[in-house]
Amino acid sequence: MSVLQKISQNIKNIKPLEYEILARRLGLMMKELRQGVRKPFKEVINVSMGDLHTSGLKPLSFVRQVLAACLYPQLVNSSRLPVDVRQRAQRLLGECVGGSIGSYTATAGIPEVVQRISEFITRRDGGVPSSPDNIYISPGSQWCLMNMLKVLVNSESSPRTGVLTPVPSHCTTTSSIVGLGGVIVPYYLTEENGWQLQVEELQRALDSAKGICNPVALYIINPGNPSGQVQSRKSMQEVIQFVRENRLFLLADEVYQDLVYGEHSEFISYKRVLAEMGPPHADTVELASFHSASKGFIGECGLRGGYVELVNLDPAVMKHIHTLFSTDSCAPVLGQMALDLMVNPPQPGDPSYPLDDMEREHIRKTLVHNVKRVSEVLNSLPGFCCQPVEGGAFAFPRLFLPPKAIQKAKEMGMQPDTFYCVRLLEEAGVLILPGCEYGQKEDTHHVRFCILNPQETMEEVLRRISCFHTQFMREVS
Amino acid sequence: MSQQAANGVPHRGKVLTLDSMNPNVKRVEYAVRGPIVQRAVQIEKELKEGVKKPFTEVIKANIGDAHAMGQKPITFLRQVLALCSYPELLEDNKFPEDAKQRAQRILDACGGHSIGAYSASQGIECIRQDVARYIEKRDGGIPSNPDNIYLSTGASDAIVTMLKLLVRGEGRDRTGVMISIPQYPLYSAAVADLGAVQVSYYLDEDKCWSLDVTEVRRALNEARQHCNPRVLCIINPGNPTGQVQSRQCIEDVIKFAKEEHLFLMADEVYQDNVYAEGCKFHSFKKVLFEMGPEYSSTLEMASFHSTSKCYMGECGFRGGYMEVINMDPEVKAQLTKLVSVRLCPPVPGQALLDLVVNPPLPDEPSYTTFMKERSAVLAALAEKARLTEQIFNTVPGITCNPVQGAMYTFPRITLPQKAIDKAKEEGTVPDMLYCMRLLEEEGICLVPGSGFGQREGTFHFRMTILPPTEKLKVVLEKISHFHQRFTKEFS
Repeated sequence: MSVLQKISQNIKNIKPLEYEILARRLGLMMKELRQGVRKPFKEVINVSMGDLHTSGLKPLSFVRQVLAACLYPQLVNSSRLPVDVRQRAQRLLGECVGGSIGSYTATAGIPEVVQRISEFITRRDGGVPSSPDNIYISPGSQWCLMNMLKVLVNSESSPRTGVLTPVPSHCTTTSSIVGLGGVIVPYYLTEENGWQLQVEELQRALDSAKGICNPVALYIINPGNPSGQVQSRKSMQEVIQFVRENRLFLLADEVYQDLVYGEHSEFISYKRVLAEMGPPHADTVELASFHSASKGFIGECGLRGGYVELVNLDPAVMKHIHTLFSTDSCAPVLGQMALDLMVNPPQPGDPSYPLDDMEREHIRKTLVHNVKRVSEVLNSLPGFCCQPVEGGAFAFPRLFLPPKAIQKAKEMGMQPDTFYCVRLLEEAGVLILPGCEYGQKEDTHHVRFCILNPQETMEEVLRRISCFHTQFMREVS
Repeated sequence: MSQQAANGVPHRGKVLTLDSMNPNVKRVEYAVRGPIVQRAVQIEKELKEGVKKPFTEVIKANIGDAHAMGQKPITFLRQVLALCSYPELLEDNKFPEDAKQRAQRILDACGGHSIGAYSASQGIECIRQDVARYIEKRDGGIPSNPDNIYLSTGASDAIVTMLKLLVRGEGRDRTGVMISIPQYPLYSAAVADLGAVQVSYYLDEDKCWSLDVTEVRRALNEARQHCNPRVLCIINPGNPTGQVQSRQCIEDVIKFAKEEHLFLMADEVYQDNVYAEGCKFHSFKKVLFEMGPEYSSTLEMASFHSTSKCYMGECGFRGGYMEVINMDPEVKAQLTKLVSVRLCPPVPGQALLDLVVNPPLPDEPSYTTFMKERSAVLAALAEKARLTEQIFNTVPGITCNPVQGAMYTFPRITLPQKAIDKAKEEGTVPDMLYCMRLLEEEGICLVPGSGFGQREGTFHFRMTILPPTEKLKVVLEKISHFHQRFTKEFS
């Protein structure tokens, strides 16, 4: 008998991804395409992940030039690269131990980079002070979140530790909680209201946890994934009030803060709202805010750079948090540098500014346009209803599936929205993900797809979805 | 008494306190970046601010970081990575063709032709294929399946992932993890974090830190009384000890693991760092398969490798992989699910790994320079290993086993009773007292042996052999003099 047949129950409890079903299909289809099998499409468009570069948008030139010079310092003297690029690379290399990006860094990150991140935070938050001692860089924001969850979740306690998480929610966080032996306490966002959070729902969720688990933290993601809503200041104040009254640790995932499209939407950080509420909230609410170089215009998902800023934590606990982060050695240096370049882009007057500004503006315009088109197209299709995408990387439209579709899905042993996605993939060559992956109200169905695409790709995706959807709905009516 | 308490209102303490936090996290320690390093960083700050000290710089011989100590990156590797980062450079004729081809191949395997795109959680497929081919070549043709390769954020990520998967059970059934003493403290930290039971087995200092299966058996039998030992971890070449296990020893360990139904974790990140004559790196997988199907089709194992050590020393890239052998398919599905939670390993690290397993071939333009640089790094390390052993063994009170491989020396130091008493008085351990004094007096940062584990009543420190040769000589001299001063002071 295998040694391994008995493995951690917590790991077994992590829900397998619906994505795997689609990935397998995709694998087969790619093989067939390579072998020249005829299909109604030449290539598969993968809009399942919030990944700018995979979608076809380009990395920012300034970022890649600086990183190239840091990788191969001979380029620091190359006239091929603009002066400010070379200066930035030189400065960054000087901040690396031994002048090499191949060295480990301090646990929390290169000290000067961490310092500059704290300065960015202060600028962003209208002057609210930020200390570099409270910031840790990790291989991605979810890694930081995992470490914080490790500290919060006691897998052996009775009752078990609970964490309030939104429905819908992307899976990484919920999987992490389950994997650590924690309990998910879901709170439902209100779809009809643009996926906004109602604080009464938080209360209901908390009450539902009585006797089941001991909730210690509330996780919130703003702008939302997959839901795309941007929280109002008032709503954020209500959340802060709620966590204080109910003694909950606030985990604020803000990785999409640079992606805001709604005309009346504005990103404000939880830290800023907290600070501006003044005492007693400002001095007492324990907060962890997360940001990343994976999203935003920089879109460097593959470099794995993210950070957490900790507010109002017990100094004794901070010591243990430091030790925990130290066991990971340090975040990849290129990821750390991507963060630095993200928070300190070229400024007017810098040689790289015109190109950088143009590239960013191009991406911004593209995304605003995409969001408009998604709403126009999907909301004109019977069977689809899409809330406004105010921010973030995804659209999360609702699918109204007739009973016949649900029946067919059942026969295939699949969730109805997974079934829809499989058929869309096979017949139209578009990979999107089902709402059941993220959680949704019972008997509702959704799909999620990324909107961070070049305009032509977005148009093609919408065209293929429209075409498929019309046919499919005819078939199952 | 606060006003609130006087009014009968409960005092508002923090939500996250030492009492409410996960107790396992409180037990986590990691000496390599622990208190002595924190003090070293403080001293560096003081030096920068102009505070006068008996030294002008702190020499950080605590961490296995070659570039930090001045080792140069390998040109070819960095050229390809620069091309991957900014593909416009593919038009620059200053870059050799073989570098350009490799960059193009890697970019073609990335989403949107960008190293900034997410990769599959298990790692980019063509890179896993290249890793499998490298393993086959290294192991004399024994097949390696790319599906059994998991790329990771350094070897540490893969090691912790496997332990997460394996640790289960309650009370007497709680998973025991067998760890060598001395060990690299990631293992003990992970065990503490996961609430597993650490089962220590001692390496034999008198026999050059070799592993003796009798001792492992002793530890196992004792542990079975209070937990369920399921995993046996071994680091070869060893950290901190530097021993390179003999082939016989590896066979014995394999036999033992099979007999006792243990999952074997073979940490082989230092596989290119072998210096001593008569020593050779034997991969656990190769030995396993050469022992025949009785073992090779049954023993469950994972081997780990990294881009942080060997001749590359690219710690900052966090590149690594593990190969799993004979893993139950259902368990493998769970493993695949688990790695998807951390999204993907850093793509530059994956690209770097691809170059390490696909170095320039003899007929390629970069070959000569590459081989020259690689040999120079390994030769320098071998020389420093020899020098370290030689010099330390001239000091009365310091005994140093040969540094057969890896990047460290772990000499035994004899401390006078008065020093041991003083440490107790100060609430610290004797080798920490010793190392702290060395840091304050000479600006040399080492890690006390207590951070790695050692037999009761013995004391050690771990020093890296990474500083440039001339500096290393100075460091060795200073430590020697310090040791004699320290001994005199406390006699």
